[in-house]
Amino acid sequence: MTEVAKKSSVEQAIRPPRSQWWDVWDQFKTHKGALVGAAFFLFIVLAVIIGPYIWHIGYETIDIRARNQAPSFAHPFGTDQLGRDTFARMLKGGQTSVAVGVTAMALSLVFGTFIGVVAGYFKKLDGPLMRFTDLFLALPLLPLLLVIIMLFRDPLRAAFGPESGIFILIVFVIGITSWMQTARIVRGDVLALKEREFILAARSIGTPNRRMITRHLLPNVLSPIMVSATLGIANAIITESALSFLGLGFPSDFPTWGRLLFDATDYLQQYPERVIWPGLAISLTVLAVNYIGDGLRDALDPRIRGR
Amino acid sequence: MFDTSAPARKLVEVRDLKMHFPIYAGVFRKQVGEVKAVDGVSFDIFEGETLGLVGESGCGKSTCGRAILRLYDITDGSVVIDGVEIGHTPQSALRKIRPTMQMVFQDPQASLDPRMTVASIIGEPLMEHGNLSKAARLDRIYELMDAVGLNRNFANRYPHEFSGGQRQRIGIARALALNPKFIVCDEPIAALDVSIQAQVVNLLEGLQKKLGLTYLFISHDLSMVRHIADRVAVMYLGKVVELAPRDDIYATPKHPYTVALLSAVPDPDPNSEEVVERIILQGDVPSPSNPPEGCNFCTRCPNVLPICHHEEPKFEEVEPGRFVACHLFGDRKREASEEPETQ
Repeated sequence: MTEVAKKSSVEQAIRPPRSQWWDVWDQFKTHKGALVGAAFFLFIVLAVIIGPYIWHIGYETIDIRARNQAPSFAHPFGTDQLGRDTFARMLKGGQTSVAVGVTAMALSLVFGTFIGVVAGYFKKLDGPLMRFTDLFLALPLLPLLLVIIMLFRDPLRAAFGPESGIFILIVFVIGITSWMQTARIVRGDVLALKEREFILAARSIGTPNRRMITRHLLPNVLSPIMVSATLGIANAIITESALSFLGLGFPSDFPTWGRLLFDATDYLQQYPERVIWPGLAISLTVLAVNYIGDGLRDALDPRIRGR
Repeated sequence: MFDTSAPARKLVEVRDLKMHFPIYAGVFRKQVGEVKAVDGVSFDIFEGETLGLVGESGCGKSTCGRAILRLYDITDGSVVIDGVEIGHTPQSALRKIRPTMQMVFQDPQASLDPRMTVASIIGEPLMEHGNLSKAARLDRIYELMDAVGLNRNFANRYPHEFSGGQRQRIGIARALALNPKFIVCDEPIAALDVSIQAQVVNLLEGLQKKLGLTYLFISHDLSMVRHIADRVAVMYLGKVVELAPRDDIYATPKHPYTVALLSAVPDPDPNSEEVVERIILQGDVPSPSNPPEGCNFCTRCPNVLPICHHEEPKFEEVEPGRFVACHLFGDRKREASEEPETQ
């Protein structure tokens, strides 16, 4: 008995430290909401990527005799006022919405985190960078968007084609107008972390600044970054719909969830289901992403892990 | 000037070390003054010895320790460690010298990155210096964990899963990783309870014997310093007031501040504890941003002389190996006749 115990402890002793990501995954699995959220998000992503190839009705097919139909087997989500299949348009629209949401969030996150970390860590850059952030916070968003889109829409369209040109423009516009919150939160956290003793300990070892940031600061500011990331996706999807609504976004016949939502508001009283589909899709995606973020934040914090 | 008959080599030479922190105030953040946390400290540490650095809270002990390791950019003075002058070397160039000198921190909770495993904490110095393969690094990490008495199975755990004493062992293992010669122990036992203090101190002593380490042991625990240190330096308001071999300083303290400090140490013997005469200092420690003219201790010294208020005492060797900064001793014997009882 004791020998067996001794043997197993010896075996354990030579077990090398395993990658931290396995611990993260183990903890992530215990968060039911996060698992469901991840599964649902994966489902949405797969559906909008593969769906348009499988579903037999094209998103631009106009069948004027079948217009304004209620949900049926032929048209699971019904049809719109031109007889286009709403399900096909939802799938195609999801492609753009999810892509815009994720890319714009990633852009604003990377930019915001970079500004925040640099401003918090390097004292000399703190003032200029934070004033720069304040400048962006003080800019009135809509006039700025109008000007940017007026100035750059046509060159980008010419360069990348109408749809990807607008995609790049929208992602960029949403990205550069939403990084400020992340930057401020990250800067605040970095300022607090910088005074902790483990940073001093790392300095006494001779860790250079760049590795100080990547090894000690970034992992420790991950929680607030995670939260603003999940909120950022929702924000980006909604901003995109607002832009489309104002006629500044994608062309009016090009479906996105926001576009479908705003088109359907005209028929809110006659055909309420048309508002419900894109609304539901946006809310559920945002909810799923929030749960994923919640689970990830818990999983990445070793103090919470294993509880 | 300094004791040359010592058999050991000087590993650390600190000369006139000054660390002043600027105070900014007002709308334009103008510098209105400075906190003289360390104000002209000189001492040597010989190879293989432990120098205890004691003093009350806020007297600049920790700042002094950190300044010696150049964790701060020092205001003035020179620090020579292992024959290399590092007082004003830029931080980037210091990187190569860092392995010689390491530090054990006061708060074992705060000094370990909560997001890193024990293996990666101890392995960090190995990653930074030297190019061990992954397997060799792991071997070294296990070796270090054995040396400080940590179970190898703990390698994958995170700092929050450990007790204070174990965390301090992790900190010590990290400090040892690069085979340093000189370790600054910045109150390594202050945050631990008494039973663990003994363990950690014994561990430090054992490692010193085995690896031939040199310690600067910063503490406010006078009995612990008496146990571990070979020589003791007493700091008051940013200055070293007395430096002497341990037995001498505990038996016959010279500087009035040392006398008062040592009289506060409780005695475990109830009989002698009752008769012991405590010297209660009057008043508060002056602000380090505005120290008094002359001797820093003149506002509270029970044996103050007129000269103390306008002339700063020199830090001089009054007996072989004993240094005191006080007008009552040293060359200024002209007032020796009225020397009060400072035994």
